[in-house]
Amino acid sequence: MRIGTLKTSYAADEALFDTRLQKLLLVLALVAAVLFPFVASPYWLFLACLCAINVASATGLNILTGYTGLVSLGQAAFMSVGAYAVAVLEIHVGTPFLINLLAGALVTALVGIGVGIPSLRVKGLYLAIATIAASVVLHFVFSHWSLTGGARGLSMPPATLFGVALDQPFQLYWPIMPVTVLMVLGAANLFRTRIGRAFIAIRDRDISAEVLGIPLLRYKLMSFAVSSFYAGLAGGLWAYFFRVVTPESFPLVNSIFYLAAIIVGGMGTVLGGILGAVFMTMVPEVLKFAAGMVTPFYPDALALLAPVRTIVFGALIVGFLIFEPHGLAEIWCRIRRFFHLWPFKT
Amino acid sequence: MDWLFLTEVFLAGLGAGALYAVTGVAFVLIYKATRVVNLAIGEILMLGGYAFFGAAAGWHLPAWIALPVAVLSGALVGAVVERGLIRPMLGESPISVFMVTIGLGSILAGFVQVVWGADPLRLPEFMPSAPIFLGEAYLAPKVAYGFLAAMLVLAACVSALRFSRGGVALKATAADQGAAYSVGIDVPRVFSLSWIVACAVAAGAGVLVGAIGGISPTMGVFGLSVLVVVIVGGLDSMVGALVGGLLIGVVEAFAGTFLGGEYKFLVTFSIMILVLMLRPYGLFGTHEIERL
Amino acid sequence: MTGAADDVILSVKGVSLAFGGVRALTDVSFSVRKGSITAVIGPNGAGKTSLFNTISGFYRPRAGEIVFGGRNLAGTAPPERARLGLARTFQNIALFRGMTVLDNIKLGRHAHMQTGLLDALVYRGRARREELALRAEIEERIIDFLEIQHIRNAPVATLPYGLRKRVELARALAMRPRLLMLDEPVAGMNREETEDMARFILDVKEEWDVTILMVEHDMGMVMDISDHVVVLNFGQVIAEGSPATVQADPAVIAAYLGAGDLGRRLSAPEAA
Repeated sequence: MRIGTLKTSYAADEALFDTRLQKLLLVLALVAAVLFPFVASPYWLFLACLCAINVASATGLNILTGYTGLVSLGQAAFMSVGAYAVAVLEIHVGTPFLINLLAGALVTALVGIGVGIPSLRVKGLYLAIATIAASVVLHFVFSHWSLTGGARGLSMPPATLFGVALDQPFQLYWPIMPVTVLMVLGAANLFRTRIGRAFIAIRDRDISAEVLGIPLLRYKLMSFAVSSFYAGLAGGLWAYFFRVVTPESFPLVNSIFYLAAIIVGGMGTVLGGILGAVFMTMVPEVLKFAAGMVTPFYPDALALLAPVRTIVFGALIVGFLIFEPHGLAEIWCRIRRFFHLWPFKT
Repeated sequence: MDWLFLTEVFLAGLGAGALYAVTGVAFVLIYKATRVVNLAIGEILMLGGYAFFGAAAGWHLPAWIALPVAVLSGALVGAVVERGLIRPMLGESPISVFMVTIGLGSILAGFVQVVWGADPLRLPEFMPSAPIFLGEAYLAPKVAYGFLAAMLVLAACVSALRFSRGGVALKATAADQGAAYSVGIDVPRVFSLSWIVACAVAAGAGVLVGAIGGISPTMGVFGLSVLVVVIVGGLDSMVGALVGGLLIGVVEAFAGTFLGGEYKFLVTFSIMILVLMLRPYGLFGTHEIERL
Repeated sequence: MTGAADDVILSVKGVSLAFGGVRALTDVSFSVRKGSITAVIGPNGAGKTSLFNTISGFYRPRAGEIVFGGRNLAGTAPPERARLGLARTFQNIALFRGMTVLDNIKLGRHAHMQTGLLDALVYRGRARREELALRAEIEERIIDFLEIQHIRNAPVATLPYGLRKRVELARALAMRPRLLMLDEPVAGMNREETEDMARFILDVKEEWDVTILMVEHDMGMVMDISDHVVVLNFGQVIAEGSPATVQADPAVIAAYLGAGDLGRRLSAPEAA
């Protein structure tokens, strides 16, 4: 049951975390996030970093697709822009780590605006197809440009922060996790203001949005810019994490992965982006674990891992769209509602 | 300029384009009837190629049995997919249905890899291999027979659409589902049939594509070229699929020959972007006026 | 009636509109006096909604001009018109279904807020102040006024029709309108709901100092609350004046009863 949540100001009612229980959980989660690197093995730290990067990118895609209703199959291509920008800066210019990340994200935002320009004229599926075309063009550019190392790509030295080389998951966790948390908070804030509301208005009914004084092109481009900024930042983190960037690092399948993540998590909720990205990142690991379990009985299990993963991804997209279109976030809300009424309703 | 060489490139392009066209027609059929953009068409085509391989190489059936097996397996997949995945999504946003087909493509790609492995395979030879000359220009026999077969299927599709009861029902459904239903057309049946026929056609095209270039789990990429074809031609136009298919086939052949294979996608996708910007409904598509 | 320029808030001068070969509006002229309630009536397909869409800026008239608050609106995009104080509701309710009532109303203020993208991402300082001030104003002025406190956090999709109409009015009020255009505000409502809405419209005019231009089919309500009535038929103004004058006009009676031209009306294309 939910008690003691009387609000006495509009500020309290507009807060992101409005109950004491929520605030308590938030503090606990932060403490856990800080303590995690000291107790977890490198494998779990690696996964945590990967989850965080995917959460950042999925949150970006959620802003564009979930909130603004502009379907993009170019999120991976946008990440590649950020990753290449960061790699080029690190190798050829030698600017500091955080500046590279920011510059990479800004460059990606500009590319995103360019890709978004057709969005006033073409919408819905046509736009999704245009983003596929943009991915093809970007892939071509990266595999033919001498600056980006052609088909061989670029290898990077580890990032350094305050004189410490970040070459282990333990070190990389410290920049990746806070950056992701800040990005998610930024997205949550965005949807408490006029800008976020304008995005949703465009998604729900774009012509009447104009009557309310929302210039469509400007806000669609803004959504593209924010979303690709997120993708670029995630791509930059990715580059420092894996330290090799090639044209094949970000195939179209990865764009489908992020789309699947927000479908499974729940489109148009910040929580959905987080849950979906973590879930989809963990699925292959669970499958790997399962394959390891059955190998003694069925020696070829590991060989089947890749195709089974493809099938599971597809099945998750289809299954969630048909049976749970609002995703994991909706399931989470149902659980919360249950406890609001508990113990009266059992 | 070597005109003979140019002619040969052009003919090869037409041959490849005919396969795009026939797959494009399958795509358009589904779109016309159900307004579903089926991004899994490339994977269904791939499944046709693998079904033929399974029947011909796995069960050692002769080609004239293996081909119907492949086509029927396509039809079966079409029926199951329409009933199981697409029908429940009726009334959902087109974007959601679009994403269901992306998921479906992923499932099919994984499936063939589980059954037949990840390595590329060659289909058993089943077409005559005597070289073919048009005038002096050489044409690979498989490409020529593929072109002929594709044209036959296209002609069959177009005449069926024009002259049969089913074709009229399809057109009525495409124009207005509610009105079609109220004059006694079994709209759900039109949905089912369009998926069955389209997937059968795509699977048949898969056998031809596989015979020419071999089969592999990444063959679904063919679907991306088909997407370009139907966007250029117009999502709801059979003529558009035909013209667009031949056009894109020829453009790819010239780009591949004179610029290099990796330029094919760049050139065709650039054409697509151009069409999207200038004529989003395609060269032959219906321009829908948006109402408030 | 043309009136002195400072007395008129909106004037439509010789507006013609066509879709392909179909003429939706032909040489339509009328003006709306500041502080009045002006109603546009006419049979179905007379071009009333086309007229609204032209004033909103969705359609570009083939000829003529629209002057709002002394400014010619030619070349002004719909969002800019909203900023100038032109608010409207839609015939088939254009609320954002996925949002709560409160968020829908907040959207109305969009054009008058300053928060930029970076402010929004951090939600400190101006963004926060502006959002909280807006919330307070909506609660105290609009939600109380329209008596929709009980549904403020409900998703719009779950509301009954009459309440949705009221929420749409609330959103339009949040736009700080100078001219409020209502497209069939009481269509599909029962007697009681219609009376409520009529009372709200009159109160808006009195308390908010907003001029009202509405399209409505409910003759009873139009005649009760309007100061001025414009009658459209086949895209042309066939009469205008006070409710009593219009009611007695033979051309209007003919248009409504379809004396002699029923066949013509049936064959006329729907332009709305």
